Amino acid sequence: MISLYLFYFLSFVAILSALLMVFSKNPVHSVLYLVMTFFAIAGHYFLLNAQFLGIVHIIVYAGAIMVLFLYVIMMLNLNQAIEPMKSNLQKLAGIISAGVLSLVLIGAMRTTEIKAAASTASEIGFVSSLGKILFSEYLLPFELASILLLASMVGAVFLSKKELD
Amino acid sequence: MLTTRSKKINKSEMSLAERLYLPAILNGMSITFRHMFKKDATIRYPEQEREFAPVYRGQHVLKRDDAGAERCTACGLCAIACPAEAITMDAAERKPGEEHLYREEKYASKYEINMLRCIFCGMCEEACPKEAIFLTDRIVHTEYDRQGFIYGKDLLVEKMDHRIDVSKRQTTDVLVFKKGDQSERHNQLGK
Amino acid sequence: MISFILYKFLFALIFFVVALVVAMYSTYGERKVAAFMQDRVGPNRAGPFGILQPLADGVKMFMKEEVIPNTSDRKLFLLGPSLAMLTALMTGVVIPWGSPMNFNGHTFPLQLTDINIGILYVFGVVSLGVYGIMIGGWASNNKYSLLGALRASSQMISYEIAMGLAIIALVMKTGTLSLGAIVSQQHHTWNVFIQPLSFLIFLICAFAETNRAPFDLPECETELVGGYHTEYSSMKLGFYLFAEYINMFISSAIISCLYFGGYNIPFQDHLHLSGNLLPILQFLVLFAKILFFIFFFMWVRWTIPRFRYDQLMNLGWKGLLPLAILNILITGVVLWATGAFK
Repeated sequence: MISLYLFYFLSFVAILSALLMVFSKNPVHSVLYLVMTFFAIAGHYFLLNAQFLGIVHIIVYAGAIMVLFLYVIMMLNLNQAIEPMKSNLQKLAGIISAGVLSLVLIGAMRTTEIKAAASTASEIGFVSSLGKILFSEYLLPFELASILLLASMVGAVFLSKKELD
Repeated sequence: MLTTRSKKINKSEMSLAERLYLPAILNGMSITFRHMFKKDATIRYPEQEREFAPVYRGQHVLKRDDAGAERCTACGLCAIACPAEAITMDAAERKPGEEHLYREEKYASKYEINMLRCIFCGMCEEACPKEAIFLTDRIVHTEYDRQGFIYGKDLLVEKMDHRIDVSKRQTTDVLVFKKGDQSERHNQLGK
Repeated sequence: MISFILYKFLFALIFFVVALVVAMYSTYGERKVAAFMQDRVGPNRAGPFGILQPLADGVKMFMKEEVIPNTSDRKLFLLGPSLAMLTALMTGVVIPWGSPMNFNGHTFPLQLTDINIGILYVFGVVSLGVYGIMIGGWASNNKYSLLGALRASSQMISYEIAMGLAIIALVMKTGTLSLGAIVSQQHHTWNVFIQPLSFLIFLICAFAETNRAPFDLPECETELVGGYHTEYSSMKLGFYLFAEYINMFISSAIISCLYFGGYNIPFQDHLHLSGNLLPILQFLVLFAKILFFIFFFMWVRWTIPRFRYDQLMNLGWKGLLPLAILNILITGVVLWATGAFK
């Protein structure tokens, strides 16, 4: 019963802060609302007994990526006054792409049937079970993802060293 | 080599042990740790006071003689000697019946030292022919306004019930010097 | 159920009070240690040996005028110090203070919660600690504060990585992420003897994460006035300073738990203690260890000069990070050779 109320509360916080993130004028405020959204989502992970995923979500997204976002925004000193006016064409393109994305999402949701979580699934979020699955069943995708990250890192280093070419 | 204290600076590449930085840190930490047990150099001021050097020059005093009469005769030599022009005075004539107050026929009715101007050089006490002004080992107190730093006779003249010892400033050297100075001056006057 | 919640609540309250008192007296200790190392006396006016100095400082902090700059982002300006304090206090819930106590047949664990990912939790909260500094520094709308905030964030992210990798080597050896289990594993041998390199890296990173000298660049007064808290006054400044000392207390506790046996007393099997005496003694031993590390933090602060910023980054990325990876490799090889993977 408590977990149900918690679920509603967390969902409310997640959606509200996501909306605030989109609608707030100040980029720094946006980032902080996004951090709040991530916290709410991490709370959902905890509710699903996936503590490892939840905490990693906080460490990676709220603790590292969002800090870097905040860092860049602070460095660039973005504020409403110097925000460039977007042309109508850009706005139209934005609306169309958002609409297409939401169509895809709605289409995907419509065909999904909601299954009750299996009773044995409560162990799946633990570190040991997760690790076993990652390093046996999903070994190839796991390693491919790490290679992808490595490639992007090399790319970033290459781009930042202009004198190479 | 001009001095023996100059150090040769080694600018060669650091060795691996030096680049690790850790031995240097440990060395530094052992030094600070040793200092924890050393005697501290603090003087706990209000309870404990640092001993002044015998030549310390602090707040001035206008001396009285043993009978309690002011020695100052308002000759103005101190004011002339003062490089900071901190001393001003008014002279007055001694009335009959005031012999117990003033030693000579002329005295200073007003005597002020501006402690903000004073540089505590001691020229005034050197110039004084009457052994009337001395610099003591007392500290001039702080004030909130400039007016308070102008010390009048009320602060400068010593009280008879609280005499200030200036024997440290009146060493035999000083006395001999002053005596010689005076006799020289007398000689010059006699010529 | 009610008694359980009440017990946890009471325990949390006691932890808060202990953390705050330790932080308070750390400020006093810091000044005393600094004084002794510089052949001085230190605070000695408020009470005997100056032990009432923290109270006097607290009163001073509360009574001071509160200045909020006109051009600041007011809400975030207030949020900054609160977040710094919150994250500093949150870490403490997973620290095991002793083996469970028994009263009338009821067992009372001396740990707020033993979640099975305790170390990751500590990590998560530590990684959030930078928000308090960043938000405060940005909301002040002052270039020195902003520079301090930027320094803090890049420093913390850089050293978090080396810290994480150092812990991974430790976790490979212990095989668990729960702090309680890690501490009870060290019944006979402390982890520092098994993982000395990991300990060294973790210790250096702990200095960087708590913004303590020689890594106190975010508040480096010679360059940045006061760093991220330049614009702060009154108790909001006090919160930032306090958060630093609480962080120091918590990191000392975590270092003790991860590497120095936590509440384990050396040769405790030979002491033949029974009943509730053992947990109490264990708590005192852990506290002594924590106090030693707090002293160590201060000792280092008053010995080593501050790093230059490029040196800091070099040490983090080119020194500690490869070292941590090397440590993981060595640990892996040793574990494989001893057949721990089967």
